[in-house]
This record gives sequence, C-alpha cells and structure tokens, in this order.
Amino acid sequence: MHEHTKSRRRGAAAIGLWTGLLLLASCAPSAPKGAKKAATASDLQVAAMKTYVAPGDLDEYYMFSSGGHSGQVYVYGIPSMRHLSTIPVFTPYPGTGYGFDDDTKKMLGKLTWGDAHHPALSETNGDYDGRWLFINEMNGRVARIDLRDFKTKQIYGPAPNISGNHGSAFITPNSDYLIMSSRFSIPIPKGTYAPIEKYATAYKGIAAGVKIDAKTGEMSLGWEVLLPPFDWDLGDAGKGPSDGWFFLTCYNSERATGKLEVTASQRDRDYIVAINWREAEKAAKEGKGETIGGVKVIDPKTVPGIAYLMPCGKSPHGVDVSPDGKWIVGSGKLQGVTTAFNFEKVMTAIRNKSFTGEEDGIPVLKYEDIKDAEVPVGLGPLHTQFGPDGYAYTSLFVDSAIAKWKLGTWEVVDKVPMSYSIGHLAAAEGDTMHPKGKYLVGLNKLSHGRHLSVGPSQPESSQLVDITEEKMKLIYDAFTEPEPHYAQIVKADKLHPIEIYPKEENKHPLAIWDVKDAGPTRQGDKVVVKTVVVRSTITPNSVEVKEGDTVTFAITNIEQTTDELHGFGLLDYNLNIVIDPGETKTVTFKADKPGVYPYYCTNFCSALHQEMQGYLIVKPK
Amino acid sequence: MKPFIEKSNRILGSPLGLGPRGLILLAALLLLPAYLTPLWRMTMYAPQYQEGLRLEIYSYKLEGGNEGQDAKEINLLNHYIGMKELTTEEFTEFKWLPFVIGALGLLLLRAVIFGTVGSTLDVTVLFVYFSLFSLWSFAYKLWSYGHNLAPTAPVKVAPFMPPMFGGRQLANFEVYSYPGTASYALGGAAAALVAALLLSWRAARREAATAGAAGASQRGPG
Repeated sequence: MHEHTKSRRRGAAAIGLWTGLLLLASCAPSAPKGAKKAATASDLQVAAMKTYVAPGDLDEYYMFSSGGHSGQVYVYGIPSMRHLSTIPVFTPYPGTGYGFDDDTKKMLGKLTWGDAHHPALSETNGDYDGRWLFINEMNGRVARIDLRDFKTKQIYGPAPNISGNHGSAFITPNSDYLIMSSRFSIPIPKGTYAPIEKYATAYKGIAAGVKIDAKTGEMSLGWEVLLPPFDWDLGDAGKGPSDGWFFLTCYNSERATGKLEVTASQRDRDYIVAINWREAEKAAKEGKGETIGGVKVIDPKTVPGIAYLMPCGKSPHGVDVSPDGKWIVGSGKLQGVTTAFNFEKVMTAIRNKSFTGEEDGIPVLKYEDIKDAEVPVGLGPLHTQFGPDGYAYTSLFVDSAIAKWKLGTWEVVDKVPMSYSIGHLAAAEGDTMHPKGKYLVGLNKLSHGRHLSVGPSQPESSQLVDITEEKMKLIYDAFTEPEPHYAQIVKADKLHPIEIYPKEENKHPLAIWDVKDAGPTRQGDKVVVKTVVVRSTITPNSVEVKEGDTVTFAITNIEQTTDELHGFGLLDYNLNIVIDPGETKTVTFKADKPGVYPYYCTNFCSALHQEMQGYLIVKPK
Repeated sequence: MKPFIEKSNRILGSPLGLGPRGLILLAALLLLPAYLTPLWRMTMYAPQYQEGLRLEIYSYKLEGGNEGQDAKEINLLNHYIGMKELTTEEFTEFKWLPFVIGALGLLLLRAVIFGTVGSTLDVTVLFVYFSLFSLWSFAYKLWSYGHNLAPTAPVKVAPFMPPMFGGRQLANFEVYSYPGTASYALGGAAAALVAALLLSWRAARREAATAGAAGASQRGPG
C-alpha cells in the first residue's frame, strides 16, 4: 500500500515535469501582435468609396510633394493619390524640355541636381492664397513655382554663406519672407579655410530671410543672422500672436564633429532658436551687421533682441506653430516627447530676462519657464500638423505611426500605424491658420514590399489617412517618386491655372505667329532661326548653317488649343525642348558637327505627328 | 547511520538493468541535437519588421535569420542604444559548451556499458548542474547585454533585462525568447536520466530488500 502511494506520487511528478516542458515548448508567434488584422469588407468599401475618383471626375485637393534628391516637385490629386504631373525644379527634365532651353538652362546654372525638401505655398493672412509654391534645396537655393502655369520661374541662390539649406522654405503668414538656414555649418564666407578642430569657434551657422516681392513673387536676400555652428534643421514661421518670429530647430548643440550620430547626441536638450525677423529686417535697413560674402550679416551678440534659444528635447527635428499661433510644437526625436511651448511665456521670459546662459551671445531661455506641456506621443516624434477642431497629428518615426492629440488638453486620443517609418506628414492645409482638411498623408521612408517588387530601388510610400472622424483611418497606399520629404495639400478651388498661354500675353522678342515670318537670319557667325510649330509642321523645315556657327532656334507654338504641345528634338546634338500652346522658347547651341541632323516633334500632337520633321544642314568649313 | 551507508553503497554498486541502460542511451542520443539545432531562439517584431528578426543561439555559435542578415540588423539597431555587439566571439560559452556536452555524452555511454546506479547518479547530478549553470550563464549574459549600455549612446534607454522565457515589449519591438530544439532535447535527456535513476534505484532497493529478507515470504506487488 505504502509502495503504491509512492509510485503514484512519482507518476504525478513525472507528469508535472512533462507538463512543465510542454509549457516551455511554446514559441514566438509567427507575426507581431496586431498584425494581419484584416480590414473588414465594410471598411474596405468605405475606403474604396472615399478614395475612388471616377474616370473624368476631379480630385478635391492638390498635393505638392517634394521630390527630394530627384530635385523635382510631384503633383498628386487627393483623395485618388493619382500622380498628375511633375514640375521640374532643380534637375533637367527632358519630358518638358526643362534645363535644355536657354532660359531654364541659365536658371539651373551649373548645378544639375538639387535636394528639394520643404515646399511652402504662399500665404495671405495665414492661409494659402494659391499664387506660388516655394521649395528649398540643399545647395543653398530656393525656387519659386508659379501656380498659374505650374512652372518654375525663379531659382534664388546659391545664397551667400548658407551651407546645406535644409531648414527652408518656411514662409511668413503674408509671404513677406521665407527662411533659409545652414544645416552644415562652415567657415564663412564660402571658400574660407578652417581646420575641423576649429569647428566650435570658426564654423558658423546662418539663417537668412529671403524677401518675397508681394506682386511678382521675386525673391531677394533680406537679411542674414549669424548663429552658432549647430546643425539648423527645420523651421516654421510664427502666426497670429507669434507673427514676426521664425523658429528653427537644431541638433548638434554639442558643436561636435566626427561621428555625429554619437557625438551630436550627448546633450539631453538642444534648441529651437526664435528669430525676431521684424527686428532683423529693421537692423538690416539700418545697415547694421558686418559684410560677409558680399552681404550684411547681423550678429546677435552686437544687435541684441534678435534671437533667443528655447531648449527643446534631445535632437529635435520638426518645429510647428499651432494654427492660432499660440503654441510652438517641437519634438525631441531621440526622447519620445513632443513639447508645446507657449509663445506668451516665451515673450514673458524674454521681458523678464529669465535666461540660464548664452551661446555665442544668444540668450538661452529656461525650459520650465516656457513649456506648457510635454505630450507623450510615442517613439521618434518628428513633425506635427494640424487638423480641424484643435487636433494635432505628430509623425512617429520609430513607432512607425501617427499620433493624434488635442491642443490644450494635451491628450493623445488615437494612433494609426504607417507602413513604414514615417518622416513628414502633410495634413490638408495643415500648416495654415485654418486647417479644415479631411485628409492627411503620411510620407513614409520605407515601403517594404507593400507593392509589386520592382527590384532593390524601392519606391517611397505615401499613405492617405481620413481624419474626418475621431478615429483616423488609413484608406490608401500610394508609391511615390524619390523622395517625398514635406508636402503641401491645398483645396483645388484655390488654384486657377491657365490651360494655354494666351497669344496676347506673349511678349517674347523672337515670337512670331505666322509661318511667313519664319526662317534664319545671320549676324556674323550667329544664326537665329525664328521657328513656328503648329500641327503638323515645323517651319522652316530645313535650315542650313555653317560649321562653327552659334545657332538659336526661337520656337513659337502658335496653337491656342489646350494640350497641343509640340516638341523640338535635335538628334545627335543632345537637345530636346517642349513648347506649350502660345509659348516661345529659345535653344542655343554651337553647330560644331558638320553633316545633316534631323529635328522633329517629340511630343505627340496629331495624326501627322510623324511627318512633323525637318533637317539642320551643317556645311563644313 | 551505518546501515544507511551500507545500504546506499549496496544500491550504488548495483549494476543497471536493461531498461535504465536503454533510457541512458536515449539520453546520450538526445545530446546530439545540441550540435545540430539551436538551444535558444529569439524573435523580434517591430512595425518596420513585420517578418521579424530572428536570432538562434547554438551551443557553439550565434546565427541570425535571413541567412545571417538578421543578426547584422539587430546589432545595427542595438548600436543606437549603445548595446555591445552580439557576436559568436563575445560568447565564451561557445568555447566550453560543446566540450562539456561531449564529456557528458561520454559519461553517459560509460553508464550504458559499465553502468551502475552510482555512475548514473554521478552523471545525472553533473547533468543537472551543467543545465542549471548554463541557464544561469545565459541569463547573466542577457542581463549584462541589457545593462552594460554605452553611456555615449545616441538613444538613452533605462537598463533592461531582455526576456528569457516569453515575450516583452521593448521600445518599438516585441521581443520573444524561447528554448530551441536542442534545449528540449536536453530537457528530454534530463528526464530520461531521472527516469533511469528512479527505475534502477527502485530495482536495486528491491533487490537489496530481497537479499536482506532471504527466505522470508514473497511480497505481493506494491
């Protein structure tokens, strides 16, 4: 009996042991939690209905998406997310002949690439007015696109002293100024030598106010402010009560060199600099500052009251001013906290001179004095946009999500995952004083196989999110050209683009409207060929020049019908331009190769498009 | 006391029956997976890593999933928080684990062939000691990786203990850690050994009792 109990006990122990082993024998799930949560059929139907723009129907919004290092701006329709057109800005684009004709070639200068990051629509009273789109570029340039014809009209720069123009082009509420700034501080003026060991003292950051002509949109340098050699990153202009100020974030307030991912990540706080641009404008008018690189540079050390440093969470990226202009929202990308600074408190602290120190003569404010709230949005917060009803939307790179939170109560109310690793986000009119948009777009860095495979050069992803309800809803995946950084989304009815260039507006000195006037004229070794393109002839259809001549084709497209574009491609001379209806363009080249070279219409125009051709005959010397 | 020692000596000296020998042979065979399959598996998911990053710890090497790429990716991510690189060279365990398992195997084979209850007890005790020590060593390794973070790391995180059994959320990662096939085999070997020991011990005791009570009436089955 005794033995019996014992063996039973042993049996129980053995079962216990095996159960234990079985319990351990579990393993990791085959997918992360919350993954593969299949959308229900009704969700899909709602998403499909919300994003489906039937053939022939029009989208509700334009999205102007930066093309990053492709140097272009891409235009999308929202909510369909259809790519409508490409506006070439900093890179030649044979599709429209951009960078081949004389004017755009001159505008591009010697640079054939640009890294375009932050488009900014012109504003009146803090709302988009639909006139111009500005966009920065890392080589110290800013471009203006006229939204009347969606064409790049001016490239300002490279601006003196500006190096790595990332924190740009953020515009004031009445389009007085847009800002440029140096992400990669250098000794100034450009061309100055200083060893890397002298980084902390001999290298300089710069912020520049680029003045925008109220009538023409023409950009010119307004003023430059000397800043410490931090890496000036992103910005926004104040509005409402904070109008008159620019805010720029920085990382590397350590003034470190070398392996920056470590050396520039040591301090718990970096800064947002608040620049009083009205004061800077005044100082520039009074002729204050030292001439560096041919322009007056204002040093806040000698002209106080121009700049103040607001400590912000570690290595902040975006800074965004709330629609009412009361709050300045900065996110420490390495800290997981978004801070809302109260502009009034900033002003009070400045009045009370409540400073904790200074950096190169710029007073540093006290973090606790000026912050209203730290919003626990999630990991890797980068940028904030605004929607209706006082909601803010912050992109979370590490969490790969967007957090929705409320201004004032600072409560995080919703999160939506992004696929994957979101950078910027753009809410419809989400950086204006009246954000009333229905959508926002997550501009993601990784697409990770959410599309048919196209090889290792994977497209970026832009995801459309419906923000009309309390819960955000992801409703569309689109795959975009490299590389969307920031974008601007504007209600379509704010733009009124033309569809042809009216003949009466064409003031080009070489424009002709009758084929009778077409033909070459010679002055020395310069030959100007006035040319007409119209369905389906290029007139003249043959031109003879001498080897060594400088030849200018001045081509007028005399069509006044929409969509009747004509191209002019000259074989073996590396030339192709496209002329819109009513437009005149010139293209100049040296006829340095003797022989016969065909030119033809490259942009399909008509049933007899193939016949639209001619010959350039270059007679040997 | 004396009778206990005498009785124990008698039992420890008893040769093994066929059953226990079979079980010990099984235990010896169950050591083989430790050379072929992972002892531990870690899986990490993040929004950006829907497929997961996998790390397998063998008795002699670390192996990343996706043909080794996952280990590189894990190290690349860990460098942001200042964690030391996980490499085969960093694990001194890999130097002695295969040797010790081999030595245990030889002891097991010795028990199979020349086996007594005593040698079975020895090898079982060694085996259990080895298992517990290895588990502790592994846990300590995890602890040190999570606690010795470079003070200059770009992203500061509080020191943490990575999970050993089960799942945990660490920043944007869901981290799962579970024993691998080899560990289950070793667990099976331990179970087989304990079973062999119990069986042989019981048989030897019964024999000793039978010998001690020679001539006494047979007892029925217990």
